Amino acid sequence: MSDNHLDGNAVAGVLSTVFAVDVTVATGRCDGCGRMSALADTWAYVEGPGSVVRCPGCESVLLRVVQSADRTWLDLRGLAVLQLPVGDA
Amino acid sequence: MTGWRPATVAAVRAESATARTLALDVPGWPGHQAGQHLDVRLTADDGYTATRSYSVASVDPGERVEITVERLDDGEVSPYLVDVAQPGDVVEVRGPVGGWFVWRPTQPGPVLLLGGGSGVVPLMAIVRAHRLAGSDVPVRLVQSVRVPEAVLYGDELAALAQDPAARLDLTYVYTRRAPEGATRPAGRLDAALLSSLVFPADAGATAYVCGPTGFVEAVADLLVLAGYDQRRVRTERFGPSGGGR
Repeated sequence: MSDNHLDGNAVAGVLSTVFAVDVTVATGRCDGCGRMSALADTWAYVEGPGSVVRCPGCESVLLRVVQSADRTWLDLRGLAVLQLPVGDA
Repeated sequence: MTGWRPATVAAVRAESATARTLALDVPGWPGHQAGQHLDVRLTADDGYTATRSYSVASVDPGERVEITVERLDDGEVSPYLVDVAQPGDVVEVRGPVGGWFVWRPTQPGPVLLLGGGSGVVPLMAIVRAHRLAGSDVPVRLVQSVRVPEAVLYGDELAALAQDPAARLDLTYVYTRRAPEGATRPAGRLDAALLSSLVFPADAGATAYVCGPTGFVEAVADLLVLAGYDQRRVRTERFGPSGGGR
């Protein structure tokens, strides 16, 4: 599973269409193991129709995002908390 | 953050046999910081789209941005950008994105840059931003390449390394074949070599590691073994899909 992953930087573009602030510096708590990670430090699998972001500690799914021509699906159920910067920080 | 903007290819420049720099004119480009990337979207006549992420190599303000793209033979986007795109062609870009893998001139402490292959591209932006700002913090760039011909930005880096005001220390690591007269045989960056190249762990340096996933994870682990605080090691991985940075 871990051979073909990139990191959360690779999903920054698609997430920039959803969030008003830069999410690569956001930190999230894994609902599986409790680890806090910056999005940029997570593992991203971007080869499918959508992207899957996993915890670098326990490999649980943190976030899934799929985008079509007219909408975005965002599944955040693997994140217990998402901490976002305010403004352009 | 707005969405896609048209970007016109203004100029192309070969960097190696497999890599090319494209200068893009992007009306409305909001500016970017060294280390950020952008997404490029190509749309086929039938509406099929392919999107890839590339680091911005340039740092000059304005609406012209440069990306350096390495051709991946089975890629959907990079062969077009490296072999086909010509001045006047129009693609779409989104960005800049990513505030994590960024160096700002106000950031204190030495800067350690470790790039594998075309992972040097965002590091080059940091080198250029450092020079543009006239920053006097020391910078060390370690560029890991398979063979001497794969070096990117070689002339520009050599000139900077000879300019004391640039405060740039430059090292190449050749993993497959070293040039004639090299002081080290070809080989991967290992713990001994890395510790001889990096700033001491207590120097307050921030490390930026960019390259293929295997390179990034090996080097980040070595840095932590060398005493670097994990929070001072910023990483960016790229690969064949989604991240041809």
